[in-house]
Amino acid sequence: MLGFLKNPVVVTAEINVNLVVLTVMGLISRLWGLSYPRAVVFDEVYYGQFVSLYMKRIFFVDDSGPPFGHMLLALGGYLGGFDGNFLWNRIGAEYSMNVPVWSLRLLPALAGALCIPLAYQILVELQFSHCAALGGALLILLENSLITQSRFMLLESILIFFILLAVLSYLKFYNLQRHSSFSASWWVWLLLTGVACSCAVGVKYMGLFTYMLLLAIAGLHFWQMLGNQNLSNVSLLCHFLARGLALIIIPMAMYLSFFYVHLTLLYRSGPHDQIMTSAFQASLEGGLARITQGQPLEVAYGSQITLRNVFGKPMQCWLHSHTNTYPIRYENGRGSSHQQQVTCYPFKDVNNWWIVKDPGMQQLVVSNPPRPVRHGHIVQLVHGITTRYLNTHDVAAPLSPHSQEVSCYIDYNVSMPAQNLWRVEIVNRESDTDVWKTILSEVRFVHVNTSAVLKLSGASLPEWGYRQLEVVGEKLSKGYHQSMVWNVEEHRYGKSQEQKEREVELHSPTQMDISKNLSFMAKFTELQWKILTLKNEDTEHKYSSSALDWITMDTNIAYWLHPTSGAQIHLLGNVLTWASANVAAVIYVCLSLWYLVRRRRKIYDIPEDAWQLWVSAGEICVGGWAVNYLPFFLMEKTLFLYHYLPALTFQILLIPIVLQHLSDYLCRSLLPKTMFRALIVAWFSSVYLVYSTFSPVTYGEPSLSVAGLKDLRWKDSWNILIRKQ
Amino acid sequence: MPPPGGGRAGPGPLRSRGSRRQPGPPPPPRAASPRPASLAARPPAGPAGSRSALALVTLLSFASRFHRLPEPPHVCWDETHFGKMGSYYINRTFFFDVHPPLGKMLIGLAGYLSGYDGTFPFQKPGDRYEQHNYMGMRGFCAFLGSCLVPFAYLTVLELSKSLPAALLTACILIFDTGCITLSQYILLDPILMFFLMGAVLSMVKCNACADRPFSASWWFWLSLTGVNLAGAMGVKFVGLFVVLLVGLNTIYDLWDLLGNLSLSLVMFGKHLLARVLCLILLPLALYTAMFAVHFTVLNKSGPGDGFFSSAFQSQLIGNNLHNVSVPEHLAYGSVVTMKNLRMAGGYLHSHWHLYPEGVGARQQQVTAYLHKDLNNLWIIKKHDSDTADLSDPSSPVEFVRHGDIIRLEHKETSRNLHSHQHEAPLTRKHFQVTGYGINGTGDSNDFWRIEVVGRKPGKLIKVLRSQVRLTHVATGCLLGSSGKTLPKWGWEQVEVTCTPYLKDTPNSLWNFEDHINPKLPNISLDVLKPSFAEILLESHMVMIRGNSGLKPKDNEVTSKPWHWPINYQGLRFSGVNETDYRVYLLGNPVVWWLNLFTIGLYLLTAISTAVALKRGVQLSSELKELSRVVLHGGGQIALGWFLHYLPFFMMGRVLYFHHYFPAMLFSSMLTGITWDTLLKFFAGFLSPSTAARRVYGGGILALVLLIMYSFYLFHPLSYGMIGPMASDPSSPMAGLRWMDSWEF
Repeated sequence: MLGFLKNPVVVTAEINVNLVVLTVMGLISRLWGLSYPRAVVFDEVYYGQFVSLYMKRIFFVDDSGPPFGHMLLALGGYLGGFDGNFLWNRIGAEYSMNVPVWSLRLLPALAGALCIPLAYQILVELQFSHCAALGGALLILLENSLITQSRFMLLESILIFFILLAVLSYLKFYNLQRHSSFSASWWVWLLLTGVACSCAVGVKYMGLFTYMLLLAIAGLHFWQMLGNQNLSNVSLLCHFLARGLALIIIPMAMYLSFFYVHLTLLYRSGPHDQIMTSAFQASLEGGLARITQGQPLEVAYGSQITLRNVFGKPMQCWLHSHTNTYPIRYENGRGSSHQQQVTCYPFKDVNNWWIVKDPGMQQLVVSNPPRPVRHGHIVQLVHGITTRYLNTHDVAAPLSPHSQEVSCYIDYNVSMPAQNLWRVEIVNRESDTDVWKTILSEVRFVHVNTSAVLKLSGASLPEWGYRQLEVVGEKLSKGYHQSMVWNVEEHRYGKSQEQKEREVELHSPTQMDISKNLSFMAKFTELQWKILTLKNEDTEHKYSSSALDWITMDTNIAYWLHPTSGAQIHLLGNVLTWASANVAAVIYVCLSLWYLVRRRRKIYDIPEDAWQLWVSAGEICVGGWAVNYLPFFLMEKTLFLYHYLPALTFQILLIPIVLQHLSDYLCRSLLPKTMFRALIVAWFSSVYLVYSTFSPVTYGEPSLSVAGLKDLRWKDSWNILIRKQ
Repeated sequence: MPPPGGGRAGPGPLRSRGSRRQPGPPPPPRAASPRPASLAARPPAGPAGSRSALALVTLLSFASRFHRLPEPPHVCWDETHFGKMGSYYINRTFFFDVHPPLGKMLIGLAGYLSGYDGTFPFQKPGDRYEQHNYMGMRGFCAFLGSCLVPFAYLTVLELSKSLPAALLTACILIFDTGCITLSQYILLDPILMFFLMGAVLSMVKCNACADRPFSASWWFWLSLTGVNLAGAMGVKFVGLFVVLLVGLNTIYDLWDLLGNLSLSLVMFGKHLLARVLCLILLPLALYTAMFAVHFTVLNKSGPGDGFFSSAFQSQLIGNNLHNVSVPEHLAYGSVVTMKNLRMAGGYLHSHWHLYPEGVGARQQQVTAYLHKDLNNLWIIKKHDSDTADLSDPSSPVEFVRHGDIIRLEHKETSRNLHSHQHEAPLTRKHFQVTGYGINGTGDSNDFWRIEVVGRKPGKLIKVLRSQVRLTHVATGCLLGSSGKTLPKWGWEQVEVTCTPYLKDTPNSLWNFEDHINPKLPNISLDVLKPSFAEILLESHMVMIRGNSGLKPKDNEVTSKPWHWPINYQGLRFSGVNETDYRVYLLGNPVVWWLNLFTIGLYLLTAISTAVALKRGVQLSSELKELSRVVLHGGGQIALGWFLHYLPFFMMGRVLYFHHYFPAMLFSSMLTGITWDTLLKFFAGFLSPSTAARRVYGGGILALVLLIMYSFYLFHPLSYGMIGPMASDPSSPMAGLRWMDSWEF
């Protein structure tokens, strides 16, 4: 009965001590004194504000990337019980007591620490020796720039972690492929590849590069499988579908889910509302929704509306008019119609109200039942306060002389007739009889006489126009552009017959209740589009650098300086590692070319399996370096040294690969082999030496003397901060 | 119809096409088979057939391009630029353009030879030519544009070995309204496309000669490829894409040769050298030569001077720097002007006016001014001593050296160039630069360190040639010009700031232009004349910067690359209103949509063929030949399309519809090859050879007729329309406005 007790319970555990030791060392190097300095360090000032907004559930748009990375940082804040109350305004500002610095910085540091065992395993999976793997992992461990970047509330270490995880899972998957396809672990690693890829992309768009690389490698491997005549067509199809599911469908779903969580978490209106469309704003709690709740949906003749330009650049604004007229002559001598100005005004104002009028009828109120305006209808727009008609004519606009002036018509009796008929064209209509809807419809106003389109030109008027934005009639309306599209934001059915009453009505807030809900996909599409197209104006930064500076590390970034002492933190790499990585890459490329050409002539210098290993290692490491580095030459945004770190990680992994290859195949006899090993040991100790030399500016302590700092300035282009005495 | 056996006795490649209806074990080739089988027998109409087809195609092409060429007799669209530039060559006036010079030189040459005297101003589109002879230039462009059709015809014929495919391609190009319109005016595009297609044709011909390398025809086509590459690069930088195409083809070719073990390494070396010679050195030499001609012809000062450095300008007759003599090295006490190195940068300038209230400190303005002016003069002084003694003629001359700390005194107002930590008027992150002090007495914020780029301390500073940066000693910032125009208070001159971002951009580099110092001997500027290599480099820098400067403005509607293949929107060449003679650049929609559809079809075909081959499916020899045409011939053309289209997605500059036309040529060739192959493939399933032949021939014929009919419908787009717009139902084009975005 108790027979099973006869045999002892045996748990056989295989523990790779290398891995454990590396992980522990990684944790120590990344987590040591994590909450020092207790001050805002570099881009923490940037990411911190988003963490705060997450804590307060306030909506924001960040054009630097998708929200997953921000959410992970916010998770740290959430776990640490951060309430979001901190003013992120200045690098170096001391954190107040309510900011859980340690837990905010914990996740990036953990990710950075885990990169070390990941690197180890990648090299093992690439079929290189444990010795080489250990070496590679140690190089990552002793890389000052990676340490610095991991120890603060920044995203690069998380990105690198996911990139390495994706690469490792793909390699594990591929190695399982040969003997156990469709086994449980095969599925796990395949799915993990997709998940890690989508996480990497979700943290920063840079992750796309590695994702594309893995897709290309997977495609290549599948292509090789196609040539295998032993596999049936059906099993190939299964393989293809499995890869498609794991590497394309799942990442897309994950990516959508990041946005879903993001939009679910952030439901309050906030500082970035204004870049979104009215419909989006109306879906946020407390913003536009408060005003627009319960507006009538369909615009009818007699409706009182405000018209917002959809493009919203340089700023969001509403179609506006006021009693002032265009100056008779502009500064440059051109003449104007001297009629009432029509502008686009960036603030809510009673002068933003317009009334939709049927040209065939006199009344300015909504009849009962309301007659809705449809696509293609001709309307007049009456300015609510001044009751003048929106008009355009063949007079050059004040700042864009190629376009027509738009005015509110005043009859001066100078043979300049009113031309105030506009055709309503709903851009996003589903059929040609669509009704013009509040907020949802995007509308073009086409002038009937001249077919000019009402457009926001983007220029701001001089003093006489109170610096409001110019509105013009665009004659050469080439295609669709958002600056020509308007939507109704506030809306009510006008009831007052008399002008006096109407003014009171215009001043009163809108009421009534119907709420509009945007579907998740509509919100996602809009937010995604805004993230991709939002442009940041400032292209200059003191520590920005060009991609070419990175290879040789001709640049650094000062992250933090102690307010009184000389203690400081820099993003500064381990010079020796960087140089060796470059040399390794050059050796790899030259050797590969040499082998390739020789193999083409049927001369085989190394055994076939060694060649295969050499190639697949190159695909990952050189490929990873290239895809994460070369695209920056095409980019026009402001670049920083930290953009190079993912590429650098791959490049560092190449060092042990090249070293092992050299020692295996080029040092044939014992003596050179021994010498080679001795050299490697010496080189490793110098890497450690460089690491420890620069560790004061990596960790920010101890504080160095002026002479000590000057000694660290190995390159003239480095900007080490030295206090004036 | 030649006898079946005779049809196959054609030259080399045709021999392999002894096609079988029945798949199965390939029987030994029977040259005189009684059933010479289905399709292959029909097309090889022999050299005579293809030659007469070529003649027909060429004739039609010329006829369609030269038809109504003089209309409209006024400047259309970009003729205003390129016609003007042609005139500049005739007048030998220096100008600047973002494209290399060959295209405009050829236009100028054509105009010159046809008796145009270069006097028409080409001011704006719509100007009438009146008595000026513009037909030479238009005729030249139309001639080159007409050559595209035979080129495409020959290329497809070579790649597919199929006459119907070649005819279909030719037909597409002849009857495409877009290609016709683009060839009829004084533009760079016909010239560019001529060289581009020439390069592709020569490349394909050269590949066809691969079995007899180093023969005369092989050398001829190889060097012709090189010549055409130089031509394409010399017209527009877009030519780079065809260089890439040829380069990839050559690498593939060489790789193939390297794997051929029967070829000795010496032979391989010869192959390599031949290609280096013909495809790298020859084009480079030609490309350089055309710049040499450009700079020799244009020797008079003109509108392009300001884009170039002072040293360059001293070469131009009529420029104020021409034949001037100044002291060579800078010395204390010298009176100088300083020019900013950014493109069209101004001179460092100051005047009595102060910065207005609220803009930094209320001190004297310092700006950059684009014109010569007395207020551009500055005196170089030592930072520590007053220079009264320096003006004493007997005192020794002391040269300014790299690394010296100096003071710059404005000559007219005697204020020092000064900077301090106030924000600059427009660029808020920079510091303000002012004129400060009275009669040259200021404070330590007037000290600037003068450094020459790439020079060691202690070296002298040369006029014109030295690129100098001025570092503000107190704040460490660099004197620079931001390029932004100041508002009215600054007389709309350009802002000058002190930038704390220490990078050597042209914005923060200066050179000395005028230099007056009575104590120093004057030398002629010829000593400082830049070498040809320097001029070449400089002009390329200027062109590249000019190109990347063509950015769309925020609220401007621009053409997007994805618009192009779907023929989303055309360009107005001439005329806007109903009464105008209107020409509208728009592709024949039937052709373009067929092309677009075919690209998808081709990708599908190519992928399935490649997979089938990889899976080791047994193919009959006929199908093998077809798969070779699809993968190899079609692959080259498809690569050409990708290379000429995809890069536009990454370009930040303003793009136009006509940028797609080189890619459209490739796309048309691909259409010819793909449809021909697919029709052959499907007709191959029909067993009786007559039925197969009928399906195949009928298919091709239907496509050709469809294209011709659509051309009949749309021809007014290129040959001009008068009358109501198409949106008006009374217009003859009324039913043809198939997309709302077309504006004709």
